[in-house]
Amino acid sequence: MGLPSAESAFAVGGQPGPTARFDSGVNPAGVILGIETSCDETAAALVAEGQQVLSSVVSSQVDLHARYGGVVPEVAGRAHVQRIVPVIEQAFKAAQRSADQVTAVAATTGPGLIGALLVGVSAAKALALVWDVPFVSVNHLEAHLHAAFLDEPDLELPAVVMLVSGGHTMLVLMQDRLHYRVIGATVDDAAGEAFDKVARFMGLGYPGGPVIDKLSSQGTRDAIDFPRAMLNDGWNFSFSGLKTAVINYLRRNPEASTEDVAASFQEAVADVLVTKARRAAEEHGAKGLCLAGGVAANSRLREMTREACAADGLAAYLPSRAMCTDNAAMVAAAGWWRLQADGPSPLSVGGDPSWGLPESRSCQLNAH
Amino acid sequence: MLILSIESATGRVGCAIGSPEGVHVCVEATRDRHHAELLAPQIQTACAHSGIALSDLDAVAVDVGPGLYTGLRVGVATAVTMAHALGVQVIAVSSLELLAYPLRHSSRRVAAVIDARRGEVFHACFSCADGHIERLTEPAVSTPEQLCEQLAASDAATLIVGDGILRYGSLFKDLPDLVQVEPGLAHPSAASLVLLAQTPAAQQEFLRPQEVEPLYLRRPDAQPQPQHQTQSTQR
Repeated sequence: MGLPSAESAFAVGGQPGPTARFDSGVNPAGVILGIETSCDETAAALVAEGQQVLSSVVSSQVDLHARYGGVVPEVAGRAHVQRIVPVIEQAFKAAQRSADQVTAVAATTGPGLIGALLVGVSAAKALALVWDVPFVSVNHLEAHLHAAFLDEPDLELPAVVMLVSGGHTMLVLMQDRLHYRVIGATVDDAAGEAFDKVARFMGLGYPGGPVIDKLSSQGTRDAIDFPRAMLNDGWNFSFSGLKTAVINYLRRNPEASTEDVAASFQEAVADVLVTKARRAAEEHGAKGLCLAGGVAANSRLREMTREACAADGLAAYLPSRAMCTDNAAMVAAAGWWRLQADGPSPLSVGGDPSWGLPESRSCQLNAH
Repeated sequence: MLILSIESATGRVGCAIGSPEGVHVCVEATRDRHHAELLAPQIQTACAHSGIALSDLDAVAVDVGPGLYTGLRVGVATAVTMAHALGVQVIAVSSLELLAYPLRHSSRRVAAVIDARRGEVFHACFSCADGHIERLTEPAVSTPEQLCEQLAASDAATLIVGDGILRYGSLFKDLPDLVQVEPGLAHPSAASLVLLAQTPAAQQEFLRPQEVEPLYLRRPDAQPQPQHQTQSTQR
């Protein structure tokens, strides 16, 4: 045919048939390819047995979105299409594995930006068809809960997880790997959203988290007493009022030290999160506190969590920054557990932009 | 050459497998906005019904638009990932050319018009002769009124086709020498794609999977932010 072969690190010729054997047994010793495209990171990873990260490749679009002051869904969707094949290829190269070793393909199917999600979902289903392996639909929030285990295999449960990102803020009681309960969540802005909005008002650019964190290190965290909304009111959070308080303060005090404002704002966010997490741990007999999500990279939140755990005799599980932010290793890990519990997902699964955390799903496996 | 075609540029989603002998199997649905749910099962069905394995394919052809952005991304992401995993190359075809293709035996000019939403249409004109089509104008986006003026400026006998006419047909009904093609041909089809792709395939006009991109014809609908009035940096 004279067809030059595409340069494929993961191409396999030959064995796939027209119909996938989706009803066949699951290979527990398998390697799962995880794919994540729910927001502004194009990511692929190979993870063995739900635990051993063989490779984790993340192509961040943060530079593309910075000039717009936030994630632009259409820009994200276009970038995912350009990057998906090179990122998957890189994941295989980095792991020095070939496609015939992959036993399932897992992809984030929600929540997230629909035009972004569908790129990863489509790619994952295409690979599942070609390789004749199961496709696994993964909830992005559930994937974040699994991220800590990749860094901390001995993580003891039950644990209270603070899942904090630009899109979500929730306290989750994790009883085993697939059995958990949302204790509380934000009623308005996510914590990361508050960081971005405050940073934007202060002219600090996007994303707001890292720059506020950095500025804060030179500021005084009790310089300004910003409000701690709902601190003694149930398990939910509210960060919208705090954001407004910071903006009002800056309008009244244009000469205020940026560093002090940043440090005091960050302190208020971390204080509310950690105070409620400690109370939840006590009430539910948790053995530790765990951080997940992009805001979990915040240095003050990590420090305060560590201090709280030391004071209360709890274990502190602080995953690396790479595991806190969006990545595909956590998707592959969550996919491995879901595959064991629920079996393969149908190829008719699309994307669900508002899929909540699938709470209290029963699981036959005991994870600990 | 055995080719899998993937079509998802408009409200129709589908796939076909074909060779120089013709279309072996075609699976399509016209159910607006279910592209991601339908495409992979359609490919599975196409393989099952034809007895052709994906590993038998020589190339993957994909409609790269213009059209619905999310639909295009589903089709292109599926096509490029599948082609890369199979180690085969990709043939990229425009949705507008696919609309003109079934009219190739006409002797009239063909105006292909796709609903671009937001009060606009994607369009291009083609000439037909001896079963071949040749593009006369570059794919463009404009209001349907602008397209109407453009078509009225020429006295060529014209067939106008596409889902843009389903929405804006009344605008064009008074143009002289213009015939609106039946609604059954308003969407590009995977069967046309797999047939049309045989010509570029024979001429080795392939793209590597990484080179394939949807034809958007519009910038993302977002404006870069002017630097926000900074409140700070003074101590």
